[in-house]
Amino acid sequence: MDIKTKYHGIVEIEDKDIFHFQKGLPGFNEENFFILLPLDLESPFWILQSTETEELGFVTTNPFEFFPHYEFDLSENDKSVLSLESEEDVTVLIILNIKDPFNQSTANLKAPIILNTKNNHAKQIILNDYHYETKQKMFPEMIKK
Amino acid sequence: MLVLTRKPNESIQIGEEIEITVLSIQGDQIKLGIKAPKDIEVHRKEIYMSIQETNNEAAAILPNILDILKNTSKNLK
Repeated sequence: MDIKTKYHGIVEIEDKDIFHFQKGLPGFNEENFFILLPLDLESPFWILQSTETEELGFVTTNPFEFFPHYEFDLSENDKSVLSLESEEDVTVLIILNIKDPFNQSTANLKAPIILNTKNNHAKQIILNDYHYETKQKMFPEMIKK
Repeated sequence: MLVLTRKPNESIQIGEEIEITVLSIQGDQIKLGIKAPKDIEVHRKEIYMSIQETNNEAAAILPNILDILKNTSKNLK
């Protein structure tokens, strides 16, 4: 089917590529269906695009590329909600708040998005027990200069 | 808002499945224990609100966002 997207115009997608957020995301509780669209082929950034709302697209990335020390344990509740069976099925993304200039951009490390790539269940979890920030500067060393 | 007075180790039952217990009180800090089904999310309110707010900001339109990112992608390589 074709969907209208925030950044990519009209895109043809397949049902099997749609991720299901059972309860939406905080602030977007009615948005249950998203798809990942690469910004371009060689970019580290992906757009998490609502399949139902054209103007809703988050810029996301793999946190481990920018924050090599980022780590957390998934709670039993979250594993259960996502029907996760194996660590191999997990993909982690973080939502970015892009600023101009880019080195002022921040990343939400407090609430990563967990995708179960086996069944396409997805959830933005909140890391209550970790001291991560919702607005972590992506390039602290660049800001000092 | 319903107001109930509880002492340490006393609880409140909400519906069939949610139980909130006052575990201890020290100064102005109250420690609560919460039993709830797995599909009920329990969060500190200010943290949940900060996630909502951050998501809303991240979703807000920045017209030249793609140009910023595409230039950045090149520079990162």
